[in-house]
Amino acid sequence: MLRRFGFSCLLLVTMVGSAAGLDELRFYLRSEPKTFNPALVADDSSETVRYLTGGVLVRLNRQTQRPEPELASSWKVSNNGRTITFQLRQGVRFSDGTPFTAQDVKYSMDTLMDQAVHSPTADAFRSGEGNLSIVTRSPGQISMTFPAAVAGLEKLFDQVAIVSASSPKREMAVLGPFYVAEYKPGSYVYLRRNPNYWKRDESGRQLPYLDAIRLEIQANRDIEVLKFTRNEIHLINTMDAEYFDKLSRTAPGKVRDSGPGLDTEQMWFNQVSGAPIATYKLEWFWSENFRQAVSAAIHRDDLCRVVFAGHATPARGPVSPANKFWFNANLPPARYDTQMALQLLSKDGFRLKDGKLTDRGGHPVEFSIVTNAGNRSRERMATMIQADLRAIGITVNVVTLDFPSLLERIGETFNYEAALLGMTNVELDPNAVMNVWLSSGDAHQWNPRQKAPVTPWEAEIDRLMRAQASSLDDRVRKKSFDRVQEIVATELPFIYLVNKNTLLGVSPTLHGVLPVATRPQAYWNIERLRFSEEMAGNAK
Amino acid sequence: MKPVRVAALAVASLIALLSVVGSMLPQFDYSRQDRQNFSAGPSPGHWLGTDALGRDRLARLLHGTRLSLTLAPAAAALSMMLAFLFGALPGFAGGVGERTAKVLIDLMLSLPWLFLLLIMRALLPLNTSPAVSAAITFTMLGLLGWGVPARIMLARARALRQAEFVLSARAAGISRARLLSVHVGPNLLPVVAAQFWIAVPVFILAEANLSLLGLGVSEPVPSLGSLLVEMESFLSARGDFCCFAALFVLLLFVGSLQVVVHEREVS
Repeated sequence: MLRRFGFSCLLLVTMVGSAAGLDELRFYLRSEPKTFNPALVADDSSETVRYLTGGVLVRLNRQTQRPEPELASSWKVSNNGRTITFQLRQGVRFSDGTPFTAQDVKYSMDTLMDQAVHSPTADAFRSGEGNLSIVTRSPGQISMTFPAAVAGLEKLFDQVAIVSASSPKREMAVLGPFYVAEYKPGSYVYLRRNPNYWKRDESGRQLPYLDAIRLEIQANRDIEVLKFTRNEIHLINTMDAEYFDKLSRTAPGKVRDSGPGLDTEQMWFNQVSGAPIATYKLEWFWSENFRQAVSAAIHRDDLCRVVFAGHATPARGPVSPANKFWFNANLPPARYDTQMALQLLSKDGFRLKDGKLTDRGGHPVEFSIVTNAGNRSRERMATMIQADLRAIGITVNVVTLDFPSLLERIGETFNYEAALLGMTNVELDPNAVMNVWLSSGDAHQWNPRQKAPVTPWEAEIDRLMRAQASSLDDRVRKKSFDRVQEIVATELPFIYLVNKNTLLGVSPTLHGVLPVATRPQAYWNIERLRFSEEMAGNAK
Repeated sequence: MKPVRVAALAVASLIALLSVVGSMLPQFDYSRQDRQNFSAGPSPGHWLGTDALGRDRLARLLHGTRLSLTLAPAAAALSMMLAFLFGALPGFAGGVGERTAKVLIDLMLSLPWLFLLLIMRALLPLNTSPAVSAAITFTMLGLLGWGVPARIMLARARALRQAEFVLSARAAGISRARLLSVHVGPNLLPVVAAQFWIAVPVFILAEANLSLLGLGVSEPVPSLGSLLVEMESFLSARGDFCCFAALFVLLLFVGSLQVVVHEREVS
């Protein structure tokens, strides 16, 4: 009896769901969103919610990689890159009906730049000492002056979701295509279409096309893929090559490879002079010939083919070809040549005897590569590099460590010899990676926090990075950053291995998906995604 | 000897023999990467197919079985020695020694071993060869795995201390050493043996768990544990029956030994 009652309830709920006829997109967040306050976003899941709900002044078109007007109908950068003036759209309302004004923009920027808020988004705007000055000349015009020039200033506003200065709902009143209607911690975030969204399509229909988005919180990738194959979710934003390969065999119409992504996978040697490792090993790692030899002995094509099932491309340098403007296409592809590797090593007095490489002092060449435990593709790359380097007589010990231990070793104690990790690139602009390339930077992993550049080439990179950051001319900036890429490709402080492809899962019922390399790869044009007509109105 | 025991003994011996002999043959190179044939199914060249890096699964299974069947029993023996020392002996002695041992065992069982293992691994030098890393892993398991068997041995030894035949023997004036070797020891042995055979697969599986955390046997050396890790993803394991070979061998070997030991205990 009880079971029959339960079944009836379930049927009723299902019927109600169907009767509602919502075009509801479902996909997974891989972790709990830490905040719904757009100024505090620091994690992927919160960023997803911010992207889907936040209205911004300028949106970076993920396909063209160029800024486009959103809440600002136009803008002008002046005062040598220090001032930006926006013309705001009129008649726009927040999701709760509160009118959008220049005061909201001022309030959002003041909140963002407030030191007490510690907004990660604000860091990119802090170009120099001093405060931001904001002037609202009229309800439709606002001008912001920064203490120093900010390169690529307008593009940074892609991350600044405008919140209402006067709405009682605070940051939950939004200007984006959706608003947070329901949130059950640990389970899901439910977004509904913003009834006041300002944007319309070419035929005059209000966007977005979808009625709702259900973001289930699920960390397990296996479950995500299984649910996707059972059509219980419609989208997988990024997928591992292994899963992609399996799915492409069983359901080829549901997966898409959109080419190289922005992220890089690289290895590097510890070059910190005070590191607790043998001095003779540090001398190997300081040698340009040694680093070039190791790079030449790594078979990158095999890494792409075996570890990533062909869904990756051998990396040439620090910038992926997916970053259309900043990629230096003149960099030569990395060559796999063990003979060249041995010649380079012989220049530094290394000798290969009985299959073992020894240095000038007779020390056998052996080092360890640390990587993070549980990341199968990195573990496999390290094992393949181990086999590749064995061919030139180098013994490599692969060590997998839990992430906190690994970070402590590479960032604090420097008790490691070589590391293999990846870099997640969210921003296209090189200014976002200043702390990687400046010798004083924390993320200058091979030898961080230098008081003064240790090598002439690091001094040159410092100079070029500062030069590009202080220029407003993109051509001048590109020239400087191209040179940085050339130096890195020669000196190899990072030995870049592969650029992984952007792999997605998209339900065939979902239309309008145009996968791109930049985040969010699958749903960057969320307002224009729609279900096919025959599926509309069903619980898809 | 019962036929079932003979069969079980034959299976266990065959697995041990194959792993030892097979791993000595040059064609079974566990680290050679056939990069043109990765994740391949069974073929004349690779009877169990290849793993994700193109390494012969059969070769890795033979080497992994040999390593695990050598080191896991060694670790289990180390654990049993410690359990006997900290469980059986104080349990038989009684008094302050028994109370101290109980506290020590409780302490062992209540410590967050996973975090301690992570700390231990972080303290170990990075440049250890895969063979040494295997030895370190199983030694750590042996040193840390004696808590439960010690608790069981302590209870059994205390029961024996109070058993009538032991009290009679003591009343007859038998020496403590003879009491231990002739009366208590043989009665404790089945408990020790049972705990030993329980510990062997537990340690193999523990090594698999440690492999997931980066604490297990390091590449390219295979162990049964690291081969079991191939099954971690249901999706990647689905339809690939050869990746279950390590689990099959483990179950077969442990099951056979249980039959052998059980039959011996019954007889």
